[in-house]
Amino acid sequence: MTDSKTMKDQKNESNKTSNQRHYRNLSNIDIKRLYTPQDINEIDYDRDLGDPGQYPFTRGVYENMYRGRFWTMRQFAGFGTAKQTNERFKFLIDHGQTGLSVAFHFPTLYGIESCDEKSLGEIGKVGVAIDTLKDMEVLFDGIDLSKISTSMTINGPASILLAMYIVVGEKQGLTPEQLRGTIQNDILKEYIAQKSWIFPPDPSMRLIVDSIEYCTNHVPQWYTISISGYHIREAGSTAVQELAFTLADGFAYVEAAIKRGLDIDDFAHRLSFFFNSHNNFFEEIAKYRAARKIWAKRMKNKYGAKKPESMRLRFHTQTAGVSLTAQESENNIVRVTLQALAGVLGGTQSLHTNSFDEALCLPTEKSVRIALRTQQIIANESGVADTVDPLAGSYYLEWLTNKMEEEAEIYFNKIEKLGGVIPAIKKNFFQIEIANASYKYQKEVDSKERIVVAVNKFQPKSCRNPEILRIDEKVAEDQLNILDEMKKSRNNEAVEKTLLKLNKAAKGDENLMPYIIDAVREYASIGEIIAVLKDVFGIYIEDSIF
Amino acid sequence: MSKERKIKVIVAKPGLDGHDRGAKVIARGLRDAGMEVIYTGIHQSPEDILNSIIQEDPDAVLLSILSGAHNALCPKIMEKLKENNINDILIAVGGIIPEEDKEFLEKQGLKGFHGPGTNIKTIVNFVKNNLKR
Repeated sequence: MTDSKTMKDQKNESNKTSNQRHYRNLSNIDIKRLYTPQDINEIDYDRDLGDPGQYPFTRGVYENMYRGRFWTMRQFAGFGTAKQTNERFKFLIDHGQTGLSVAFHFPTLYGIESCDEKSLGEIGKVGVAIDTLKDMEVLFDGIDLSKISTSMTINGPASILLAMYIVVGEKQGLTPEQLRGTIQNDILKEYIAQKSWIFPPDPSMRLIVDSIEYCTNHVPQWYTISISGYHIREAGSTAVQELAFTLADGFAYVEAAIKRGLDIDDFAHRLSFFFNSHNNFFEEIAKYRAARKIWAKRMKNKYGAKKPESMRLRFHTQTAGVSLTAQESENNIVRVTLQALAGVLGGTQSLHTNSFDEALCLPTEKSVRIALRTQQIIANESGVADTVDPLAGSYYLEWLTNKMEEEAEIYFNKIEKLGGVIPAIKKNFFQIEIANASYKYQKEVDSKERIVVAVNKFQPKSCRNPEILRIDEKVAEDQLNILDEMKKSRNNEAVEKTLLKLNKAAKGDENLMPYIIDAVREYASIGEIIAVLKDVFGIYIEDSIF
Repeated sequence: MSKERKIKVIVAKPGLDGHDRGAKVIARGLRDAGMEVIYTGIHQSPEDILNSIIQEDPDAVLLSILSGAHNALCPKIMEKLKENNINDILIAVGGIIPEEDKEFLEKQGLKGFHGPGTNIKTIVNFVKNNLKR
């Protein structure tokens, strides 16, 4: 029988590798055969772990964790026009999703208009097309912003999208105090990995501190930055690099806000984090635990935070897009399940589970439903959320948590020696570290030192791709018409006026948020606002290293 | 081409797509395989790519697109090459290119279409075997 022969072949293949394998996790840390009490004999429970909800929060930021309520199930979504994405949002809410997360198309991410020549082919492709407040009104049409929290993945033009959200709230009769959500607003990791920068680092940092200051005073329930390791990891870093570079970025934001004169206990509790969850199960869990511990210690000891709220590292998790395979894409459902479980056992506050077809296209309704159901099954059926931090005390996990912290500290020292995060970016330190790690990883996959099922082992003879979601080319035409009509119907004189005021303010050192809100309210486009700021701030040009 | 000369390759990221992990890994893999590699960086317009080609005179140009903009951008690039009578260079595109788009792109003169999970050796051999000069 062909079937049984195949099974036998595969069994032999597995046995062969297990004898030859090096046991190293994705951060290249050697893993021992066995961990015993000796490996953790230096750990002091109160000092290094603490109960959940207690400093240094290694075991979790809240006392009750998921016994109070489950993590927020927040699927990142956006494609086509605002109307299409609004429909996807409603689909997700109808299926039990508890928070929104907006993906914007490339022109919005870079702050250019859909009618710009550079937008050719990109309109509505990787996210939703937003040009003016009008599009944002349609995006949240029929969704009560006082009842749901919204996360927006936007960085260069972050203040503009935040301004739009505030004005959409206004139009729903809500005050800014009632709005809950997160804006990614993390420009440092854009220079390091994700590349959706616009301005040079210094004016970018000003815009970010402006938004922190503004939200501290007016939008108190808003998370002002989602300090992101996700993209650093996707770009090819190891888990340790993700941990270290992300937290280093966090320290840089804290220092910038303190420099502006803000009190750490007034803003630190509105900073949040965003991590990746990759394939190595325990490594990921250790990473989240180490992150909480490092952050709490720094906030308290270095920056003088007094409120426990300021020391709690809260984070969103997304499963690793880069781990998804185009080959036998259904297997990705299993990968995503394991990665999601690591996020939950690591104590995440919210979670996005990738859809199995994302190495091929944007997800279909079917694949998105399975991804959301994966979270719901973990939450409601597996029992892992019944007790807080169930893996604590594992010799291996506690050893690994400490090891991740130690390795991260080595990076913090290196970054400090380079003069801090921004000087290190200018010297391409992070960029080179990540390029080296991703190349090494690829070589290990190519040489089968690392196995990816159905890619470099157990390859299928033939593979049929699933049905994929395509973005209709008509979307571009529709969006161009929407923008065109808006420019004809708005009060162009008022737009001009607000843009002039913004230009003047940008040349000084006032907080720019109120000026941006005024421009947005008059339906100035993101492209127009960014153009004004580019005139004052200039643009960033990166070195193309590889 | 003469035996002594290294194969010269441009790796380029057209459009607004910033996902350059794959492009960088391939650039480095080709360099390690003994080729001369120029990586343009991200945000290359069709005009930018044409200018790089004129300046560098490569044997192959590998375009990396993961954003779904390939059907709009690739024909523009091919048009520019045609206008400038450039026809002895291998032009390939990879990234996330759906199966059903390949025929259209092939008609435009593009090759390759390598996606996620491709190993470096496959790309090296592909370049070597598909040079036009």
